[in-house]
Amino acid sequence: MSTATATDTRAPASYVPSAETLGTVMAPGARPPRPSPLAASLAFGWRAMLKIKHVPEQLFDVTAFPIIMTLMFTYLFGGALAGSTREYLQYLLPGILVTSVVMITMYTGVGLNTDIEKGVFDRFRTLPLWRPAALVGMILGDMLRYVLAGSVILAVGLVLGFRPGGGLAGVVAGLGLLVVFSFAFSWVWTMFGLILRSERSVMGVSMLVLFPLTFLSNVFVQPATMPGWLQAFVEVNPIAQLVTAVRSLMAGTPDAGAITWVLVASAVFATLFGALTMYRYNRV
Amino acid sequence: MRDPATGLAIEASGLVKTFGATRALDGIDLAVPAGTVYGLLGPNGAGKTTAVRVLATLLRPNGGEARVFGHDVVREADAVRGKVSLTGQYASVDEDLTGMENLTLLGRLLGHRKPAARDRAGQLLAAFGLTEAADRQVKKYSGGMRRRLDIAASILNTPELLFLDEPTSGLDPRSRSQVWEIVRAVVAHGTTVLLTTQYLDEADRLAGRIAVVDHGKVIAEGTTGELKSSVGTGTVHVRLRDPRQRPEAERVLAAALGAPVQAEADPVALTARVGDDGSLQASERAARALAELAAAGVVVDDFSLGQPSLDEVFLVLTDRPAEPAGDEMEAA
Repeated sequence: MSTATATDTRAPASYVPSAETLGTVMAPGARPPRPSPLAASLAFGWRAMLKIKHVPEQLFDVTAFPIIMTLMFTYLFGGALAGSTREYLQYLLPGILVTSVVMITMYTGVGLNTDIEKGVFDRFRTLPLWRPAALVGMILGDMLRYVLAGSVILAVGLVLGFRPGGGLAGVVAGLGLLVVFSFAFSWVWTMFGLILRSERSVMGVSMLVLFPLTFLSNVFVQPATMPGWLQAFVEVNPIAQLVTAVRSLMAGTPDAGAITWVLVASAVFATLFGALTMYRYNRV
Repeated sequence: MRDPATGLAIEASGLVKTFGATRALDGIDLAVPAGTVYGLLGPNGAGKTTAVRVLATLLRPNGGEARVFGHDVVREADAVRGKVSLTGQYASVDEDLTGMENLTLLGRLLGHRKPAARDRAGQLLAAFGLTEAADRQVKKYSGGMRRRLDIAASILNTPELLFLDEPTSGLDPRSRSQVWEIVRAVVAHGTTVLLTTQYLDEADRLAGRIAVVDHGKVIAEGTTGELKSSVGTGTVHVRLRDPRQRPEAERVLAAALGAPVQAEADPVALTARVGDDGSLQASERAARALAELAAAGVVVDDFSLGQPSLDEVFLVLTDRPAEPAGDEMEAA
């Protein structure tokens, strides 16, 4: 019995290539036409899903991290800043939602950087495809992570007592706008992911950019208490505009100015950094 | 399929690629006939991988030009990509996905619909002996299995030109010979293969023509037979009974063979390279030399005439042994 088992386990190693079988699989049927840009991007998006399926630990940053952020800031600042944690939560939650999701966008760059280190990107880059598809697909996969992180934070917020005036429609619209912006903003990180040498330096640069952008904003406090020069910065900080827009949508009082600002900023980020990314991608 | 004008799968002239101060390619010329296996042979850091990456449209050259089936690798990169596949030095498959998922993904990227892509993946896995491992993550595969999956991925849409960058580095002997069989089957099907290797016996077994690359330049080119005869058609090895007779033997041999004679570390051994000249074959010269040794009273225990190995070729061409020189990384 034990002999038979031993033979079985060794069986796959004794593969003998046969010219005949190999010949039949090489006989090419008609080559299918090239996939459309959308089909190619979706195939890469499917790859991102499969990676989540096989390495579910990578969802840690979009579940545990946002929960901790929400709990921490609500109870740390709530009493001091708004008198009660429940009241502060109404102000803070859209902000912390934006902060967490925008922070997660940096993993797009980190992921791309590690991916490129491995040989599989060489294969992708030698395929006759619409060039941005690999990156678009990757970011499409990341959008799922943004939605997931956003939903986790909203769930925690609702449990803690967040009661948005805009109802379900307002919340969905707010989350939708956030995901659109995050998609566009991700192209900043794909560019850094291609330029910088290591995963570590991508992380470093991301933090350097994200910390000031998220903290020097209206996420945690009203800018009215800040010195004038800082208020001026907050005024042009895209994250602050995004927070204002998301807050207004969730409260049921959409701020058309801020929303427009966010959409224009998204278009600029996607076009500019998308172009820079593709320029680098073609010349790695 | 070939460039109708030249019958060449690859035509490169004066390719230069620099990385900072390093000239990874220093003016490479190549002419690879369609339908053959062509070997790029050289030590680590010689520029083989860089050459493959330029030809596969992954790197832009700083100078010179290259055509694949008549298409320029820079200006018509997309047309080139439609005809080639690359199996890189480091596995060009996704380690987190299973074998099935890898091939299905690639099938979709090559334009198959998902069910057709799955069928094709199943066929390939079966032909490459990976059916049992189909649903296992690639990171759990052995080196040989990974390499087979990699090559299966490269022939998913049978390419006209397949780049294999050091396909057997790090594989055990059995896996190496499996890869060789696969390469032979691929070529039998009409695909041109450009193979890089630092193993001389591998180039000897697989490639019809070989370019020896060193310091970013092609230092020799030809069939394995031509390369060997460029060094001399044969090598005479002589073992004497008495080491004291060696100086005498050396003199007689040099005169009879018309070639420099080398004294080996072994005190009774001598070797000499013999070339053909118009009047005499190497074997005739060797026979005459043996007779003259006997006439001079030198006692010979062992005498042989052999073809030079590619190792000897490499040694002569580069003035250094073919063994990988340290751990210099190939500039990539």
